[in-house]
Amino acid sequence: MDSINIEGTPKTPTVKFDEQSGVLVIRGRSIPENSIDFYKPLNDWLDAYAEGDGQGLTLNMELEYFNTSSSKCILDVFKKLENISKQGKRVAVKWHYEEDDEDMLEAGEDYDAIIDIEFEMVKVEEI
Amino acid sequence: MEKKNIMLSFKGEMSTDLLTSILQIIENKLDRFGESSKVKKRMFNIMVECLQNLHHHITQPAKDAGKDMPSVIVMVAKNLTGYSIITGNFVEDKEVGDLKNRLEEINSMNSEEVKQLYKSVLAEGKMSEKGGGGLGMIDIARKSGEKLDFGFIPFGEDKSFFSLNVKVK
Repeated sequence: MDSINIEGTPKTPTVKFDEQSGVLVIRGRSIPENSIDFYKPLNDWLDAYAEGDGQGLTLNMELEYFNTSSSKCILDVFKKLENISKQGKRVAVKWHYEEDDEDMLEAGEDYDAIIDIEFEMVKVEEI
Repeated sequence: MEKKNIMLSFKGEMSTDLLTSILQIIENKLDRFGESSKVKKRMFNIMVECLQNLHHHITQPAKDAGKDMPSVIVMVAKNLTGYSIITGNFVEDKEVGDLKNRLEEINSMNSEEVKQLYKSVLAEGKMSEKGGGGLGMIDIARKSGEKLDFGFIPFGEDKSFFSLNVKVK
């Protein structure tokens, strides 16, 4: 299947899948005014992945900021991962947060509580 | 409030480019103040929500109110205890009731209840046409940790001027 590779901008994150390692990364700032448009290619790609013959993936969430408009779309991303996991594929989520950023840690805990995939919280110095 | 404490003040029309510039200016100033990354992040987050609210929910004042009527105001000020992000915009009178109820509901909650409200709206709420899904104000209150300071002033026949002062420590 086609891979996904979206370059980041000051308002939207980098979205990249490395087929070799099975790692999908979402990195940077997610503060677009229209988040539905931005996340559509990723959500479509995840739908295709669920149907494809990929064995599973790890999502590295490395967000510096996200707005509430993105938060619903990010929830959709996790719901698609739940679906992929239900297809019997391996799914892991690593939620990165900067060491003094308790807001980002709490945001990860919110998603972890809603979604039926166990998150690994990864503390880093800087994103 | 002393004039020297005002970091930014704007009245006029909000646009995507202006929104980006305002964020950039405030980020630079906070850097120059040597602010902690925690405060910088909170300020940035709250400003994004406030400015995108202004951008999405603009109601023009009545035409006969004068051509030069500003559509929104934004002011960011530093004070002894922290920062204030103040916004003002016109809303339709028919929207005032709902907005006021939502803000009063948020203000009646403690921080743990605000956090739970955010989580339940995120999990169950539907996305609005503009993508907001009603999370903006809840997120602002959650990150501010202070009560939302707001007011409505009747303006013309069917509009009101809505002002919001968000405090960040």
